[in-house]
Amino acid sequence: MSMNHNPVEGMHIPEGAKKIVLAGNPNVGKSVFFNYLTGMYVDVSNFPGTTVDISTGKLGEDVVMDTPGVYGVSSFNDEESVARDIILYADVIVNVVDAVHMERDLFLTQQIIDMGKPVVVALNMMDDVVRNGLEIDVKKLSEELGVEIIPTTATRGEGLLEVKEAISRAKPGNRIAEVKELIDSVIGQVDTESEALLLLEEDENIIERHNILESKQKREHIYKLRRTRVDGIVERCVSQKNSGATLRSKIGKLTLNPLTGIPILIGALYIMYLVIGVFVAQTVVGITEEVIMGGYYNDFIMNTLGTLLSQESFIGKVMVGEFGLFTMVPIYILGLLLPLVVGFYFILSVLEDSGYLPRIAALVDRVLMFFGLNGRAIIPIILGFGCVTVAVITTRLLGSKRERFIATMLLGLAIPCSAQLGVIMGIIAPLGLGYLMLYTGVIFLVFAVTGTVLNKILPGKSTDLLIDLPPLRIPRVGNVLKKTYNKSVMFLKEATPLFIIGALLITVMQYTGALESISDGIAPFTTGFLKLPAETSQAFIMGIVRRDFGAAGLNDLVSRGLMSSSQIIVALVAITLFVPCIASIMVIFKERSIKESIMIWLSSFVLAFLVAGVLAQIIV
Amino acid sequence: MMTLDQAEKGQRIEIVKIPDEKIRVQAIRLGIFEGSKLLCSEKLPGGPVILQNRMQEIAIGRNLARSIEVKPAERGEKI
Repeated sequence: MSMNHNPVEGMHIPEGAKKIVLAGNPNVGKSVFFNYLTGMYVDVSNFPGTTVDISTGKLGEDVVMDTPGVYGVSSFNDEESVARDIILYADVIVNVVDAVHMERDLFLTQQIIDMGKPVVVALNMMDDVVRNGLEIDVKKLSEELGVEIIPTTATRGEGLLEVKEAISRAKPGNRIAEVKELIDSVIGQVDTESEALLLLEEDENIIERHNILESKQKREHIYKLRRTRVDGIVERCVSQKNSGATLRSKIGKLTLNPLTGIPILIGALYIMYLVIGVFVAQTVVGITEEVIMGGYYNDFIMNTLGTLLSQESFIGKVMVGEFGLFTMVPIYILGLLLPLVVGFYFILSVLEDSGYLPRIAALVDRVLMFFGLNGRAIIPIILGFGCVTVAVITTRLLGSKRERFIATMLLGLAIPCSAQLGVIMGIIAPLGLGYLMLYTGVIFLVFAVTGTVLNKILPGKSTDLLIDLPPLRIPRVGNVLKKTYNKSVMFLKEATPLFIIGALLITVMQYTGALESISDGIAPFTTGFLKLPAETSQAFIMGIVRRDFGAAGLNDLVSRGLMSSSQIIVALVAITLFVPCIASIMVIFKERSIKESIMIWLSSFVLAFLVAGVLAQIIV
Repeated sequence: MMTLDQAEKGQRIEIVKIPDEKIRVQAIRLGIFEGSKLLCSEKLPGGPVILQNRMQEIAIGRNLARSIEVKPAERGEKI
């Protein structure tokens, strides 16, 4: 039997090339090795859900592949399945190990060794070892594992060359004797020793691929053998020289204790608000949108294209009109969206690289339990404030369908994205703190009530938190900037076409009078129930295309002085709760079932107007 | 019988039983298994219990902690 089960074969690997695969736990610094070995950049994220894309590069004639960070080769989630397939069919494994957390990381190392793969171990973060007062007997560790171990501090470039040179010397290590015997007993049923091991470890995919009927029921037994062996190795090779209670582990503890952790979290969120909500949304956008794009750029376009085209013609409106391709589109994308998106991804990259996110997850676990979610759901929620579309994709990291539905619903309903948030902040800021609190309060209430109700009425039970808390680290500027750059570029690439389509659509609707007809049609509802000016309905329609279009439309009405402060709040609540943008809707339909997606779409539509209407009856 | 949610902050405990099989195999990879001795390094009110093994910290949701049987481990052992 050939290796026709190999899913990696579809990845166009040249004949004769060796597959060198980087493997390791999350947050161990694999990306630095990948960049060094391939000399090309790779986008990395430290969180499950964001690293499913696999990066591939060349090292001479050979191919280097990166894998998502995993704790073991198995299929507990998407990332693990992806990593498993790549590791399973690798020729050489470069296993990156966090030297400070060997009791965790060596589990994967020993598993890879048990697969019979040639391995080189990069014992990374040696600087942390010193800092934490640990001492590692590298020679002994190498003897125990039977593979070459190279101490590295990848962030400083130490040991990278040695790892590269050692790849050609990679060799299989010391397997656990009993595991080897077990492998020999089933090797006839599969193609390789690696597959045999995973078969014993009850990996569903391997069982399925080989049409094997009975389960070997050996996973737990093998895991225990491996755990015992790893703990023994660590015991023999690692010693604690001094107390090791570094400043960072003390801060790490402070982030978890609610008495200090909650103020730290609030402080972190406040800094985020200052950076994105105040500095970027007001100061930077004030310059980029109003002065540079709205001023210089707009004047330039109007003086050139604007004089060539009749402002009243259809083509003139499409090009340089209110929603024109050369006017609104670049002004919004470059002047407003770009600074906001860059600011958001910068903050997110800092959070990711610092290792703070899992600690936030632990801290908020109790609160999210009310909504049938566990602390991990804080990641899509925080991401949602940047871009709901991206956040919906990361709901994959949640443990059950039930949780994914709740999280997606909450994202679609009550989380405004950064682009929208920027415009909203700009509108609310002049109204004063009272109105800001009213707006925030209403949105939060809707979020809390929806979550609680969904948790009560949805059948089943949500999964519990079981999460590794990595040590806090000071993020590296270079890595943060690279990540910010890559994610921003990716976002703009996806958003720009949608923005153009949206702008065209609105221009056409406006030119043909469709916008006015729809707007007139729902005007009685807008003016009657929501107590808003009839023109607001146009903003709502635009909001379906992109959420910030809606907010921008409102901004226009506000600047023309057509709305009172109370009306502004009602309109903002409606626009926030309103259905997410087209891109998010498409992603929701991709990630959830059609029935669920329609439910999410319809209920956010109904809830948005219901809540806004009730609010209008009270305050307007 | 004592369960993990009853452990006190600063207490050393030994894991006796993890009933859920799926949790059992995932936890083993993070160093938590039947027979392992760990330090309860933090306990969030009504929230997760944080277990520590050397430099490694794991957060375990309160509901899950209620299902895990533990017993106090003697002091002086290496954590």
